[in-house]
Amino acid sequence: MRLRLATPRIGGMLALAAVIAVLPLFLPNNFYFDVVILVGLNAIVCIGLNLLVGYAGQISLGHAGFFGLGAYASAILTSTYGWPPVAALLAGAAGVGLLAFIVARPIMKLRGHYLAMGTLGLGIIISIVLTQEVDLTGGPDGMPVYGFSVLGWEPSGVLVWYWIVGGLLLLTVWLALNIVESPVGRALRAVHGSEAAAQTMGVDVVHYKVLVFVVSAVLASIAGSVFVHYIGFVTPSEAGFVHSIELITMVVLGGMASIYGAVVGAAILTMLPQLLTFLHDYEMLGFGAIMMGVMIFLPKGLVPTTARLIRDRAR
Amino acid sequence: MLTEFLQFLLSGVTVGATYALVGVGFSIIYNASQVINFAQGEFVMLGGMMAWFLFERAGLPMPAAVPLAIAGTVMVGLALEKFAIEPARNASIVTLIIITIGASIFLRGGAQLVWGRDFHALPALSGDAPIDLSGVAVNPQSLWVMGCTLIVIVLLHWFFSHTMTGRAMRAVAFNMLAAQLAGVNNRLILMFSFGMSAALGALAGVLIAPITLTYPDVGIMLGLKGFCAAILGGLGYPYGAIVGGLIVGISEAMTAGYVSSAYKDAVAFVIILMTLFFMPNGLFGRRGIERV
Repeated sequence: MRLRLATPRIGGMLALAAVIAVLPLFLPNNFYFDVVILVGLNAIVCIGLNLLVGYAGQISLGHAGFFGLGAYASAILTSTYGWPPVAALLAGAAGVGLLAFIVARPIMKLRGHYLAMGTLGLGIIISIVLTQEVDLTGGPDGMPVYGFSVLGWEPSGVLVWYWIVGGLLLLTVWLALNIVESPVGRALRAVHGSEAAAQTMGVDVVHYKVLVFVVSAVLASIAGSVFVHYIGFVTPSEAGFVHSIELITMVVLGGMASIYGAVVGAAILTMLPQLLTFLHDYEMLGFGAIMMGVMIFLPKGLVPTTARLIRDRAR
Repeated sequence: MLTEFLQFLLSGVTVGATYALVGVGFSIIYNASQVINFAQGEFVMLGGMMAWFLFERAGLPMPAAVPLAIAGTVMVGLALEKFAIEPARNASIVTLIIITIGASIFLRGGAQLVWGRDFHALPALSGDAPIDLSGVAVNPQSLWVMGCTLIVIVLLHWFFSHTMTGRAMRAVAFNMLAAQLAGVNNRLILMFSFGMSAALGALAGVLIAPITLTYPDVGIMLGLKGFCAAILGGLGYPYGAIVGGLIVGISEAMTAGYVSSAYKDAVAFVIILMTLFFMPNGLFGRRGIERV
């Protein structure tokens, strides 16, 4: 029993569920709930992104583009065309999945820095289109979005949103763990190790790279949809380069190829700007310095480094 | 008709030359270390901002302000290499990318702190009065940009083919271990590469600041476009980066002139995606061989 509790699947998910269940008791006001909900949404995107970056070894500097597309799909379909939010969310996810599937083959052919450039370019093109198509998207000023509703029920108040996002996060972790611990996960790690070797062993490298790219894009799109209904407003900056960089930094900071690392990275990087507000004018300086410092001293990220320390201590 | 075309071409080549200088900087650092330095755009910003500060605020004459601004940026580049890149030499590509992005945020934050968030105008090196060349209005600053870029290209060519340091840099780019065995000091080359590309970035910043104004965030797009130039030409080929920069600059100007200025910034990225879809290693890059 003790052994099984130590696995990421059972022990980890129980621990995460416990944290999510108990956390509201310690959150004094709406501001803290707000931050935690954003942590949850970022974590969902980062878990998907980590499947791509950490497990399959394919960098993406453009994932905010998919987040933004999901966000705008929900915003436009519900507010302009009066679709039910759930249908808009699913349509957005399907559209983003299709787009990701189409671009995945040519993009996943690229390697290293060329791949970084390709994904970066894709994200920037998406954000420029969202900014320039003013009639559809409201342009740089963004557009307001109606609240969420399922069959007439409308979530209201931060606590309800907290449970929704918490539930989605657990679901995403479960899904990601299932992928990682399945033959698909092993294939992804083989691709990460060496594509040529994986191919020689009969792994359909292109298929798996496309698959994980689409999964991560769809997760980002869903998180974007939920995000706009929660915030009630959307601007093109959600799809921008800076947001893409924040997402990849969360993944690397928390730890590559670690599902819980993505959650920890999202938590730290979402809260950090709030914690650094006391620095006022020095905020950006401090943020950049912390980013550099952590990566220099913990290049493998927080969770894998800590896990190793604990393992070494136990031995 | 032709006049209009030439006018667009001129502004395209001017901006393209800036992208080319930034792109060459990317390639030089990449060659010495396989690192993509995302703080490259901030070198451009620092060059422009320091020159503006030294000229407008400290009251130095232009011939003193410009070299000092470039020297200052070189110091920043060397410090970046020493304190951020060298300690993380063995980290993965993604980790190094995040470190340089952290550095770029740090430098932008620093610039905001020291010089504020406002836009600043550096006066043109030889006045603003356009020269009329059979109907085409030539901004004298454009001539400076093109002239300086041309001189830099010639100097770089001489440097890489005729000096010991330049040849050592090429050797390191070709095979780092072999170069080391032949007695090349890798760490010194890496240091030197950062200094050199900081100088190129700062020069681009000083030259373009009178045309585009300078402000703490000016380096973001300039850096990304320079990265486009470097990738388009094939990473690690400084001459490729020059061609890439000109292609990006000219297509941007043509799109802004003939199609719509709204999508001007998207052009570079559309070109780069299209190119990479069909030529995954850029225009001049050779296909890498993966060792298993």
